[in-house]
Amino acid sequence: MSPAPTSAACRIGVITFPGTLDDVDAARAVRHAGAQPVSLWHADDDLHDVDAVVVPGGFSYGDYLRAGAIAAHQPVLRAVVDAARRGTPVLGICNGFQILCEAGLLPGALVRNAGLHFVCRDQRLRVETNATAWTGRYPAGAEIVVPLKSIEGRYVADASTLAALAGEGRVVLRYLGTSPNGAVQDIAGIASADGRVVGLMPHPEHAIDSLTGPSADGLDFFRSAIDAVLGSISV
Amino acid sequence: MPRVVVDVVPKPEILDPQGQAIVRALPRMGLRGVRDVRQGKHFELDVDDEVDAQTLHRIAGELLANPVIENWTVRRL
Repeated sequence: MSPAPTSAACRIGVITFPGTLDDVDAARAVRHAGAQPVSLWHADDDLHDVDAVVVPGGFSYGDYLRAGAIAAHQPVLRAVVDAARRGTPVLGICNGFQILCEAGLLPGALVRNAGLHFVCRDQRLRVETNATAWTGRYPAGAEIVVPLKSIEGRYVADASTLAALAGEGRVVLRYLGTSPNGAVQDIAGIASADGRVVGLMPHPEHAIDSLTGPSADGLDFFRSAIDAVLGSISV
Repeated sequence: MPRVVVDVVPKPEILDPQGQAIVRALPRMGLRGVRDVRQGKHFELDVDDEVDAQTLHRIAGELLANPVIENWTVRRL
């Protein structure tokens, strides 16, 4: 009889591209949540058997062409797309969200902030759904504070995509208060149809303890993924 | 070697704050009469003779432009 799986058995990959900035904080968040972070490199052809993947923020490939456009075509992203199709939880944060949209894992796109300014602030958000692999620990409707730091953060999508996201409960996060970037319907994060892939502009990995962040509100993204992984192992 | 030009512009329904900033700057230079500006990208490609229209369409639509937010045109010079 094998022992019940524990969170320490959960391996979460964190991808580094040239220009990625937040991979160290993402790995730290994974560790604080109780899982084992695994470094993944942009040139990797496979994901080293990780149970979940974080695509962290930064400026991969210098935002050349469009934010996320070059990273979306790198070998490791092809592996991420394949894994996501099999249900592996994937979280794209900021530039990672842009990459997942460019790679076609999430609908819509992120474009220049309406005010043209780089926005860097502690952002109030509402968690609209806990029916995803990355938000299961939040009460639906929970209000959280997490840093936001981006200039290409304005989410856009066509009307039919927006209707599908709303109708299927796939809007994961909305900005509260004055819109930081003009995102349509104040959307800060969305999920794939199966709820396993989530992209968001704010940075939960920067809010995992009150010593280094404005709150610890972001930690439950990573704990939720561990729950999702262990849940799917035990099934 | 043939030269191909790909022009990419934001779709009409996508707010283009960079274009708007240009519109607002022009009167400050004393240059009047410009009602709207859409800022895009211009690519010049030197391609082999055998690169066909379908391949150029893929280059433009799958990498140079993001069809969610941008329209593009391909021209052989």
